[in-house]
Amino acid sequence: MAQQTRKSQLVDPLIDNNPITLQVLGICSALAVTSSLKVALVMAIAVTLVTAFSSMFISMLRNQIPSSIRIIVQMVIIASLVIVVDQMLKAYAYEISKTLSVFVGLIITNCIVMGRAEAFAMSNPPVASFVDGIGNGAGYGLILMVVGVIRELFGSGSLFGITILPTVNNGGWYVPNGLLLLPPSAFFVIGLLIWAIRTWKPGQVEEREYKIQSVEAH
Amino acid sequence: MEGLISLAVKAVFVENLALSFFLGMCTFIAVSKKISTAMGLGVSVMIVQAITVPANNLILTYLLAPGALAWAGFPDIDLTFLGLISYIGVIAALVQILEMVLDKYFPPLYNALGVYLPLITVNCAILGGSLFMVERNYDFAESLTYGVSSGFGWALAITAMAGVREKLKYSDIPAGLQGLGITFITAGLMAMAFMSFSGVKL
Repeated sequence: MAQQTRKSQLVDPLIDNNPITLQVLGICSALAVTSSLKVALVMAIAVTLVTAFSSMFISMLRNQIPSSIRIIVQMVIIASLVIVVDQMLKAYAYEISKTLSVFVGLIITNCIVMGRAEAFAMSNPPVASFVDGIGNGAGYGLILMVVGVIRELFGSGSLFGITILPTVNNGGWYVPNGLLLLPPSAFFVIGLLIWAIRTWKPGQVEEREYKIQSVEAH
Repeated sequence: MEGLISLAVKAVFVENLALSFFLGMCTFIAVSKKISTAMGLGVSVMIVQAITVPANNLILTYLLAPGALAWAGFPDIDLTFLGLISYIGVIAALVQILEMVLDKYFPPLYNALGVYLPLITVNCAILGGSLFMVERNYDFAESLTYGVSSGFGWALAITAMAGVREKLKYSDIPAGLQGLGITFITAGLMAMAFMSFSGVKL
């Protein structure tokens, strides 16, 4: 990889090389925590911090880690950071930490964190790795926020718990779309989002495995 | 016994790890292109899940839970905050050991599953299974049942997904949806199908 500028390291993962829609990393939590915007925001911040700091620490140690046990070393660094995040959430945002339940712990196995550690931090200096971590965390956060806005706004008529579209149950006019609060809707929203991004940036479209050809009739 | 059976059915269908908790999605999307590889991975996940969930249950009960160290003379110690790091350590170690045991004693199985085993350490479904076990306070028998059946549920989901995708590659899909996009939408439809199990009362 050519030497990137700091700016492109931060901006590229947002759309051009987004961890979720292009690299297919870290989808698990993206789907599960997006039914309300507040939770999605907390999750996005947590993942960004863990990715940035774990990349930085792994990059600092990269010349000392023997390659045969590097996965376990990376796991230990990431797990320690996640424990810190988990304890912070329990102390200062107990309600949200209850809603997130196991998904805070699952940041350990979030492929974005591991993926960036393996692909970038193992071969780059600490500052660059830190910026790369922030960039990828932000790209992940962006998708999370977009999906969160769609699901909360149309699913329960509110944003951050503040009513935007008054629902019928509360005497308003908006009939909420219950499907959007259910788990499967996250798949549809992300699928359509990928479609939208790829229509905008046709370079990301995948090749067909089988071409449909027109055959001349005899 | 009845409780265990209903727990097993619930873990396979109603609370399917892949389709209702979205665990192990990265591998679920990435390795579901062919039925044979999907089944290989599914079986490995099931085996690892069946070992790690009960193992982590023992660690929690005898080492980490508040007062668990009473047998060693430390009744006041609460080590639950070390949970995450111990579970992932156990998972990584067990996967490594399983790989070595298979290599030594069951070479054909090792050749079939070998490539998937390292992938499993970072599969969220495995860690997720252990974390759910902790959160729901399963005892040892329950955690064994939960481990086996949730692993089976995951294997079932990825095999079904691979079946759909093998047919799907011959169809005419809009350019932007090709590949990842349509896979997500298919997974969404499958998740909706699995949701219909949630009406089943046991």
